[in-house]
Amino acid sequence: MSLTKHINILDYTLLSLLRRKFRNAGIILVFSLVICITGSVLLLTYAFKREAVLVLGNVPELIVQKMTAGRHELIPVSLGEEISRIPGVSGVEPRYWGYYFDSFTKANYTVVTPGGRLSEGNKLLQGRLPSAEEKGVAAIGGGIARTRFLGIDDDLALFSPDGKLRNFRVVGIFQAPSELLTFDLIVIGKGDLQELFSLPPGIATDLVVGVRNETEAPVIARKIRERIPDSRPILRREIIRTYDAVFSWRSGLILTLFAGALAAFAILAWDKATGLSADERREIGILKALGWETSDILEMKFWEGVAISLTSFFLGILAAYAHIFFFDAALFAPALKGWSVIYPRFHLVPFIDPYQIATLLSLTVIPYIASTIIPSWKAAVTDPDEVVRG
Amino acid sequence: MLLHPGIIGLIIGSGLTLLLLFSSALLGMQILRKWDITSSSELQLSLERKTYLVSTLVQYALLFQVISAFLFIYTADDMHNLLVGAMCATGSLNANPYGFPALYAQIVTLFLAAAWISLNRIDNRAEDYPLTRKKYSLLFLILPAVTAGYVLQLTYFGSIDPDVITSCCGVLFSEGGAGLGSSLSSLPVRKTEIVFGLLYLLVIVSGLLAARSGRRPFTLLLSASSALFFFGAIASVITFISLYFYQMPSHHCPFDILQSGYYYVGYPLYATLFAGSFFGVMTGAVEPFRKIPSLAAVIPAVQRRWALTATVAITLFVILSIVPMVFTPFTLEGY
Repeated sequence: MSLTKHINILDYTLLSLLRRKFRNAGIILVFSLVICITGSVLLLTYAFKREAVLVLGNVPELIVQKMTAGRHELIPVSLGEEISRIPGVSGVEPRYWGYYFDSFTKANYTVVTPGGRLSEGNKLLQGRLPSAEEKGVAAIGGGIARTRFLGIDDDLALFSPDGKLRNFRVVGIFQAPSELLTFDLIVIGKGDLQELFSLPPGIATDLVVGVRNETEAPVIARKIRERIPDSRPILRREIIRTYDAVFSWRSGLILTLFAGALAAFAILAWDKATGLSADERREIGILKALGWETSDILEMKFWEGVAISLTSFFLGILAAYAHIFFFDAALFAPALKGWSVIYPRFHLVPFIDPYQIATLLSLTVIPYIASTIIPSWKAAVTDPDEVVRG
Repeated sequence: MLLHPGIIGLIIGSGLTLLLLFSSALLGMQILRKWDITSSSELQLSLERKTYLVSTLVQYALLFQVISAFLFIYTADDMHNLLVGAMCATGSLNANPYGFPALYAQIVTLFLAAAWISLNRIDNRAEDYPLTRKKYSLLFLILPAVTAGYVLQLTYFGSIDPDVITSCCGVLFSEGGAGLGSSLSSLPVRKTEIVFGLLYLLVIVSGLLAARSGRRPFTLLLSASSALFFFGAIASVITFISLYFYQMPSHHCPFDILQSGYYYVGYPLYATLFAGSFFGVMTGAVEPFRKIPSLAAVIPAVQRRWALTATVAITLFVILSIVPMVFTPFTLEGY
């Protein structure tokens, strides 16, 4: 068994594939499409997961919400004192935020007050952030600026619950690279926010608990829950875990829905491989008459499978890569992203690893190869005289 | 937790492996019952043709099995995010009692399928296919391993429940103190290093002797020593080899070295270990077939080649594992 023999068989296979260009191009096209769709789902899922982990890296380690009748409620700021007495807590900070539905653009905005974490991304801001004490000024996300045609020093008009119109002078606009976080964001001072949402004094949306040692966070969360039974402590790890599960589940769901198409493709491959043309049968007959053994024909069929699957695999995965990272996943994003109306246009960070490749191989190439084994064998054991005589 | 892309891939991929091996076992049963090399009936001819199908099926099954084994480890690793306390694949596999058995079943299948292919190669070299019965009986050993692997895998993934935020309460208080065992228990470093070195010495000596002379005691010794070396090496990877790659005295995960952060060094490491141990064991395992007249000439040559392959592969494995010990400042002295 010399290497030359295998190379010669591979060489012959490639030439014979080239001779039947159009027929093989057909199957490569369909196969690439199948791989492209499956690959897109996988690439998109993992890009989202990564994005979520990166974004959630800035989320506070522990957030405490208040629950009433099973719903999230506003929390009294005074509870913070009780929490800060728990050993290991480095500080408690109330957060004020809310959603504002804008009937002009039919979109939800997220309204927040400036806090430590927001100003970290200051370089992504054109203009400046309002300070917590300032009144009548706002920094807005690029999406709001675009949909409401606002620039710096323009007025942003928002309705408070009592129907009164309030004007905020735009002093800052977030820049494109931060769009995933800031697209629908409005940053206003604390007093403004309380007025805009008619929040009673002494009440915050939730509390951010600083924890000295991250590994202690679950213990602190447990203590908070013991002392304030109607509270809901949320750990950062849990948010990440939930996102991970949700994205996996969603992409699994899409892949399951797609399983029918995959099965159809396997049947097509089986059918193509079974229905040998008279030409091919004669070719195999002649090869055998010339002294090729059954195992050589099987090897030829193996190389044929490898050539077709690898070509399709690379074409498919390149197309998927382009689809996800250059064209922003135009086909699948709505299903995987969420429901928000003005969702930012954002470019995902390209991310691909052996895991995705192995999954993709298992989902596409293995079914293809498996469905061609028996037809290949049938072709390989045909008697030369039977075929050549016709 | 079955709607995860990796798990769907595994259900399809290993499902097809199972299907291929199942159909090859069915064909094997036919062949076992009716095989008669002296006959020139049409039945015998069709059986001889079917042997090609069986060997093709098993070869593809082995290929798929390799992909599935990696996919299994990757998926377990990917799921550690979903489980409280799990930090890498070890933690996920420990999440319920089926994880590690499923992995072991995969490895056993890998070795058995590779052994079948080697037997088949030898058998095809002889005029009268003397190993036919043996090799088709081996198929019936592979089948339970694959089935067990598949069932264990499904049970494992089926009974994993991701710990996600529920609406009533953000934090999970269910886990009673300690999380999942994220680390495998390791052996005393110094002693393991010595055993590892001694086993390697044994493999090298018996391997070189077997490769030169191809004589019986050496091949059997190589078989035994490479089997021992395999287990010793896995224990060493957990105890000290992986630690040098991670440069962390407490991280004993045998799977993280497969990741990009460690330059994928796990692939060559495990590839050389598996190939080396496999060929080492096979060198002695084919010893009984020497007595078969039509194989008398074939076997010694094969044994010598395998012995050499085993020695080279295991040496590469040892070199790969020693590199970080020699060239990085990290040291386990004192642990």
